[in-house]
Amino acid sequence: MINLTIDGEQVSVPDGTNVLDAARKLNLDIPTLCYLNLEKIKYLNKVASCRVCVVEVEGRRNLAPACATPVFEGMKVITNSKRVLSSRRKNLELIISNHPFDCLVCGKSTDCELQKRVWEFSINTQRYTGERSEHPMDKSSCALKRDPNKCIMCRRCETMCNEVQTVGALTAYGRGFHTVVAPAEMNPIVTSSCVYCGQCVSVCPTAALTGIGYIQEAWAALFNPKKHVVVQVAPAVRVAIGEEFGMPAGQAVTGRLVAGLRKLGFNAVFDTNFGADLTIIEESKEIVERLQENPDGLPILTSCCPGWINFLEHQFPELKYVASTCKSPQQMTGAIAKTYYSQKMGIDPKNVVVISIMPCIAKKYEAALPSEETYGLRDVDIVLTTREIAKMLKEGSVNLSHIKDEEFDNPLGISSGAGAIFGGSGGVLEAALRTVYYKITGSELVDVNFTAVRGMAGIRVAEVNIGEKSIRVAAVSGLGNARQVLEKIKKNEEHFDVIEIMACPGGCVNGGGQPYAEEREEIIEKRLQGLYQIDRNSKVRKSHLNPAIQALYQEYLGEAGSHLAHEILHVEVLTPMDARMK
Amino acid sequence: MISPTCSIEKNHPQFKDLQQYIDSLKINHENPRRKDTLIMTLHRAQKIFGYLPEIVQVFIANHYSIPHADVSGVISFYNFFTTTPKGKIQVNVCLGTACYVNGADKVLQEFEQVIGVRSGQVTEDGKFSIESLRCVGACGLAPVVTINDKVFGKVKAGDVREILEKFFIEEEVAEKEAANV
Repeated sequence: MINLTIDGEQVSVPDGTNVLDAARKLNLDIPTLCYLNLEKIKYLNKVASCRVCVVEVEGRRNLAPACATPVFEGMKVITNSKRVLSSRRKNLELIISNHPFDCLVCGKSTDCELQKRVWEFSINTQRYTGERSEHPMDKSSCALKRDPNKCIMCRRCETMCNEVQTVGALTAYGRGFHTVVAPAEMNPIVTSSCVYCGQCVSVCPTAALTGIGYIQEAWAALFNPKKHVVVQVAPAVRVAIGEEFGMPAGQAVTGRLVAGLRKLGFNAVFDTNFGADLTIIEESKEIVERLQENPDGLPILTSCCPGWINFLEHQFPELKYVASTCKSPQQMTGAIAKTYYSQKMGIDPKNVVVISIMPCIAKKYEAALPSEETYGLRDVDIVLTTREIAKMLKEGSVNLSHIKDEEFDNPLGISSGAGAIFGGSGGVLEAALRTVYYKITGSELVDVNFTAVRGMAGIRVAEVNIGEKSIRVAAVSGLGNARQVLEKIKKNEEHFDVIEIMACPGGCVNGGGQPYAEEREEIIEKRLQGLYQIDRNSKVRKSHLNPAIQALYQEYLGEAGSHLAHEILHVEVLTPMDARMK
Repeated sequence: MISPTCSIEKNHPQFKDLQQYIDSLKINHENPRRKDTLIMTLHRAQKIFGYLPEIVQVFIANHYSIPHADVSGVISFYNFFTTTPKGKIQVNVCLGTACYVNGADKVLQEFEQVIGVRSGQVTEDGKFSIESLRCVGACGLAPVVTINDKVFGKVKAGDVREILEKFFIEEEVAEKEAANV
């Protein structure tokens, strides 16, 4: 341990710690805009570019950036001298001298770290004016918006994209003042290797990277009397949206959210968890088939996460065929709403608008894919993030902290605990195992908790006994971890039977569309616990015992994997050959 | 030589040369420091193709198992690398301190006027391109102009036409000879 003094207080920290983290141990919040350390997902951005964290170190002539200065024995640090504060202020004033100053109409307003720092420093005038960088906005994808003019070159997005997610879509293009964080050759993002996981959005301190919003389109649908507008809510949304209304992270506000959505005028409020249960029925059928009849098709990879599927297509096209052909729960819920539900209600599916509330930006991309349609109609018409629906609720005078619980509409609102845990990494796998066990052994699991596949670790491997058979499964979150596992599969170095992969570290609870959070890691943990609590409190905890799903198959689909089910709930499967030709 | 109007296709024969060069580097794809030789490879590629279009960038990225964005970022940082084709006759005017104070700016202006394109551009027929550069290390000869691999010292604006004509004629002769063969 290293002993040092910060502002006259003694502190001991491990060797290699930087001054900024050491100061945090003393509850001294040295301000910063670029430094970000998310240990649990092995994310560390310490480019020391913003210079807002400078401190005085005794014996050194120049001020030192606290984030990039390691501690040493006997070090004496001052974090708030006149020199330090005026230097920080000057640096911040220089940063904002190249910023658009449109905070009033900026989508990131009140969630912007730059705005927050400026406010904390009581900077109330624009002291420096000069050349401004001017770059075109990139809205080429329907999911992710790049506004380089709001970029402060903190490089957090690059670290996330290139080192944690290993997607490699972003680079610092050019040099000096003209540098811009952009895809290769400043090409539009839609032509890059971006998978729209949105993790860059969740670490961006400003509005340089945000999701593309569809709030106005959603209002337009709601106010159109000819349209029957149904909404579906993803599992991870209910344990996070409370944060936007001052409730603690991880508190499930399912009933309140349902009531709120109804107040906004949705004709029916459905649950994506229903679609999750349906996914499990279809996917477990595939799993059992491959386990029993087609071991060459193993491992089977889950297909619920569009960020992950995009990654697979870009980076490992030769493995595309091992993914399940199931559509994601969002798409399945949408497809059933426009077929079974519309038929049942006697509504022309052309007049049904499906809006989904997702913790995710890639879901916007997924919903717009040409393959994601049924009988010529989009499965999902509009995708809103957790953040967007919070805004709509506020605009529509609905406060989730003062509203009575209501129930989802039937039948697409009935779900099991297995559907709920889809929102956390390992949940899809656990839900599938509960049903696969029944399908293979014919008997029901007594203890449904597969705790070995839960948690925040990037790769969790488990051997699971199913009757006499033992299968090897893995739950993976974060695309860098996915890459590790896929490399092993490609080289035949490790055998797995079933692998669940989620693009975002920790799963959808940490999605790119979730409320912004500076204390991210703790909050994600709480959201995750919130989901498992919903599961624990559910009467039905296995997808195949969901009565609404049973009725859907009896009345409409026939059996799992039926011709009709394939038509509506699956995407065309690519053979290994097709994948290579692509 | 590459004319700017002809785009480089995937099966361009010169990819073989680049491939050979990259193979000789014996890149270990597991090594996190494999990018260390990237700049060398980019130099070689620019020598081979004359410039670094996207297709060449992607080729290099794939051979290094690194994202295209990484390659693009490096190219964009260094002035020497170019992603637009250069002319068959590449005029480089040094604008380093010694050359500048000896009137290199006027020499550059004259080249721009005679050739009819600005610094950084290439003529429509792909024959000429002009670049400015910073110090070629021959300050005693200031102002210095290099054309392809030839160096011209103590150049005055009045010399420009003569120098260019010589190159133009040489180029015509070479072309005719190539046509006869």
